[in-house]
Amino acid sequence: MIVVIVPLILVGAFLMFLAGLGIVRMPDLFMRMHASSKGASLGVALLLVAAALNFQDLSVVTKSLITAAFIFMTAPVAAHLLGRAAYARKIPLWEHSVIDEGRGHIGEEEDPKS
Amino acid sequence: METSPIIIAAASIATIIVALGMILAFVRLAKGPSLPDRVVAIDALATMGVGALVLTSITTGQAVLLDIALAMALITFLGTIALALSIQKGVFK
Repeated sequence: MIVVIVPLILVGAFLMFLAGLGIVRMPDLFMRMHASSKGASLGVALLLVAAALNFQDLSVVTKSLITAAFIFMTAPVAAHLLGRAAYARKIPLWEHSVIDEGRGHIGEEEDPKS
Repeated sequence: METSPIIIAAASIATIIVALGMILAFVRLAKGPSLPDRVVAIDALATMGVGALVLTSITTGQAVLLDIALAMALITFLGTIALALSIQKGVFK
């Protein structure tokens, strides 16, 4: 069981470190969200699976899997809402971005003062 | 069941790695040019906090900490949603 748990712990922690690195190094708000929401979610899910395998108790396994499923359900929703709000508030894209498909669709028809 | 010392050592190393990630996220929280940058940093910090709680529950053998991890994930989601809606409505200028 150690052969499974130790790689899960180390890979999960490394993914969370990569999420932090992406938040600092990416040039743009939307690229930062891309790094943080995916990396941190998968890292936490791997750590929770490692905890479930480590304890091997029914209540712990249930709680771990419920927490992992909850994070996988809510992280995309939160990232979508935050990205949409930031785009509607005209947060600038990276200056080397080649395409901006939301222009004229998001934030234009909604009155920002309302 | 006693936790194997190899797993405890791996979880201790992993806690240090997660702490380094939290420091990097805190750099973005301190200097982020706009408010959504800071909200992204807070969201990532809280998710890494959940990960650190899970690692602590592995090293100490306290399964109760997983309950706190679940509650922290719930509250983080609510906070991010509330901040996103406030940004969209233009509450913060």
